[in-house]
Amino acid sequence: MSTEVSEMITVVIDGFEVSVPKGTLVIRAAEQLGIQIPRFCDHPLLDPVGACRQCLVDIEINGRAFPKPQASCTIPVEPGMIVKTQLTSPVAEKAQRGVMELLLVNHPLDCPVCDKGGECPLQNQAMSNGQGSSRFEGVKRTFEKPINISSQVLLDRERCVLCARCTRFSEQIASDPFITLNERGALQQVGIYENQPFESYFSGNTVQICPVGALTGAAYRFRARPFDLVSTPSACEHCASGCDMRTDVRRGKTLRRLAGEDASVNEEWNCDKGRWAFKYVTAIDRLKVPMIRNASGELVEASWPEALAVAAEGLKSAKAAVLVGGRATVEDAYGYSKFARVALGTNDIDFRSRLSSDEEREFIASRVVGSSTTYRDIDKADQVLLVGFEPEEESPIVFLRINKQFRKRALKVVSIGSKESIAVEKLKAEFVKVAPGQEAAAIASQKLTDKSVILVGERAAESAGALSAVAALADSTGAKLAWIPRRAGERGAIEAGAIGNLLPGGRPVTDAAARVDIATVWNTDSIPAEVGRSTSQIIDAVHAGQIGALVVGGVDPLDCDNSQAALSAMEKAFVVSLEIAPSAVTARANVVLPVAAVTEKSGSFLNWEGRARSFDAAVADSLNRSDLRILSMIADEMGISLNLGTVTAAAKEIASLGAWDGARATFNKVSAQAQPALNGDQALITSWRRLLDLGTLQEGEEHLAGTARRTVAVISPKRAQSMGVVDGDQLKISTAQGSVTLSALVENIHDDAVWAPRNSRGSQLLVNLGVAHGAVVTVVKA
Amino acid sequence: MAENLEPLKPKDLGINDVEFYEVEQTPSVGFLGHMKGFWVTFSTMFKKPLTVEYPEVKAPTEERFHGRHQLNRHPDGLEKCIGCELCAWACPADAIYVEGESNTEENRMSPGERYGKVYQINYLRCVFCGLCIEACPTRALTMTNEYELADDTRAKLIFEKQDLLAPLRQGMLMPPHPMYPDMTDTNYYNGDVKGAHPSQATDGQP
Repeated sequence: MSTEVSEMITVVIDGFEVSVPKGTLVIRAAEQLGIQIPRFCDHPLLDPVGACRQCLVDIEINGRAFPKPQASCTIPVEPGMIVKTQLTSPVAEKAQRGVMELLLVNHPLDCPVCDKGGECPLQNQAMSNGQGSSRFEGVKRTFEKPINISSQVLLDRERCVLCARCTRFSEQIASDPFITLNERGALQQVGIYENQPFESYFSGNTVQICPVGALTGAAYRFRARPFDLVSTPSACEHCASGCDMRTDVRRGKTLRRLAGEDASVNEEWNCDKGRWAFKYVTAIDRLKVPMIRNASGELVEASWPEALAVAAEGLKSAKAAVLVGGRATVEDAYGYSKFARVALGTNDIDFRSRLSSDEEREFIASRVVGSSTTYRDIDKADQVLLVGFEPEEESPIVFLRINKQFRKRALKVVSIGSKESIAVEKLKAEFVKVAPGQEAAAIASQKLTDKSVILVGERAAESAGALSAVAALADSTGAKLAWIPRRAGERGAIEAGAIGNLLPGGRPVTDAAARVDIATVWNTDSIPAEVGRSTSQIIDAVHAGQIGALVVGGVDPLDCDNSQAALSAMEKAFVVSLEIAPSAVTARANVVLPVAAVTEKSGSFLNWEGRARSFDAAVADSLNRSDLRILSMIADEMGISLNLGTVTAAAKEIASLGAWDGARATFNKVSAQAQPALNGDQALITSWRRLLDLGTLQEGEEHLAGTARRTVAVISPKRAQSMGVVDGDQLKISTAQGSVTLSALVENIHDDAVWAPRNSRGSQLLVNLGVAHGAVVTVVKA
Repeated sequence: MAENLEPLKPKDLGINDVEFYEVEQTPSVGFLGHMKGFWVTFSTMFKKPLTVEYPEVKAPTEERFHGRHQLNRHPDGLEKCIGCELCAWACPADAIYVEGESNTEENRMSPGERYGKVYQINYLRCVFCGLCIEACPTRALTMTNEYELADDTRAKLIFEKQDLLAPLRQGMLMPPHPMYPDMTDTNYYNGDVKGAHPSQATDGQP
């Protein structure tokens, strides 16, 4: 709702007066009085369509009655309107009963085998507003069932009541017109485009809003009934959008996740990854018991006291550092942060297990921590500037929000990057094409106002000078600035101080008063004063022999800057690994401690806005412990008390610390680097991670993987022409480290650049090539 | 209150106020009286006994006695259960646990799309009310007259699907196997399928 005061209109519904803003639909005005008019097609976030005719009511305006009952979901209130619903008008009641009978003529009534049975608006409203029997004696229309709309969405056409919720969602919300209504009359049905591949990241929402069982998810099909499920409100652990979610668990196993309702964040939507990527929790290879490496170098199972004693001994006997991935909850990240400072006596902690820079760390300390740009600012923005950020792939709900404003008021979007993406096309964004690594100059030349919003992604750190240019642009124009990481825990890790230059609450390590603040609350003598090392510096320090032990939690070394160096560092150092499943770290760890997955513990994430998204354990009786609890136990074993026994204790301590009100850390601006010279078959690599790729948290969900976008290498028409390459030819991209061979796609990309997905099947750039953005690679026709 | 805590005197209990009456005793029944009583015993010796020598002898129950459940099969051996959980929903004692699963061409357990992969009835909970039978949309679940449901552990009294499934009869084939050629699940429910198709192996015959 907008803040401006809109004109109020008073209408009478079933004899009761109600005042609603001008433009409110009759069906919604009735809701305000607690009068429920049955409906199927009506959805508050979709445009009215009047397709199902179930919401018929009698309406009269200033004494003149409509000759026939009208659909209350399409008619806005008007002064002098008198509405009679099924409760007071026999005509409306009969009309609704008739519509319901007609809808049920071709409905198969196969409720016993239908997933929607028990939570079905058609079932419920047939009971409340329909009649017990049907006069139809013919043979019902049948279709072949079910058909796959995609690998994860199934369509039973005979159950469909043609409400057009799904087709309107795909057109109006996702802007992926992947389904439409075909044919006319009794044969009308939902269909898919034959020639266009089904590639929507939001298709799961159609399953959730379908008012009958026509659209069902393959992963949940026939798995449970609503009364089997224990539902827990939860938060999504996949990205920094911060969706409100509902997790449905049957006998300790998550069976499905639904989008929750939060008008200020995800409205009622979520992406397919959030909805369907939860099987990794029950993947068979979960770590269950602690393990230690014995004298002959093998990992053997051990008891908790034994493993904790080995971990404590190893961490005490060498200089140690902490690597915590960007997926920890705020409380866990706080645990790592406190553990590093209090138990290990170091500031060597970094949550950035990805490509990162020191420029980014200073940017975070000076601009990100404590910042409060929100979704609401996107709603009000006169322009949105995207820098190193691909909203649909990296934070899908941000895309939906921008798209909403684009559809509503043609919001201007500018994207600075090397390759035009599908989202840029859908948003009709002004695409500022630059060579990879040369973003800074383009940023500096942008014209913004104080109502503009700059959304900068974590990939901006990969171009020297880009974040400096963004900060300068925000300072000079007064535009709102938001940094949107890809992982759910990164913003929380910043606020919890899981980074070398910040203490909890955004306190700079270099500030003596800040250190005293924290030391007082933590009941410790002092906090180390020098700025800690970053991820890549920690890895280098291990190789240099300055660091002898690592605490690693939720990190995939293959995501890091120099993955080979990270792996060999873990072989060299004494590694304590806190993980849910075996990984590359496990194979190199000295002590492996199993931890709880997100659904098994309580906690909170901070989304990119800094908004807390707290959640309870969905699987209540899990025996797995959170990272926080295990860190506490290791500290106890070392003879140091963290006083962080529970998540609640950590949350309380974080709240008691509050935010830093002193001076922010300074930001030493970095200037851009000159573009390297390229010869004939050389190009600059650029890439991003796709929403659906080989991410660890998407493991075990083959239905979801089926809708991942195609793995291709993208080159510009000019380069394609000079190479003699057309769409579909094989391209070999290589560096000194290795190569990938991918199918070519000629698209709008900078002539000096070549694009490939960063972590998709057949294209794991950091492993295969060792570089992902701005580096020189060789591109040849394979 | 303290001054009222005097011990009660016997007089205060009212014992002395109880009145006693003398009751008239019935006179002896005499020899004939005894004979009359023994005659009942004597005459019963010549009547047919009502008791049976359980467990050697088992009396049949009434036809509609609510005994152990049974999961029925279609005449060609496919299961009737579609795993819809309506029985579990109807159960007032929460004794039934069902998990559904999709039929595939390679693994078809019932006609149609869905079958019951897990089916358990906990006989420590079941009250034999029969609401599950009423709820079943395919007549897959019925009750037998079997009443011997005692065992020595709790686990043994949770009956699994294989404990509840009806045995294969003449002409039936052990699933998984395909549906009868050219028949739909509707034909199955209408009773058009009378047995397994001759082309299918009939190794399930007794």
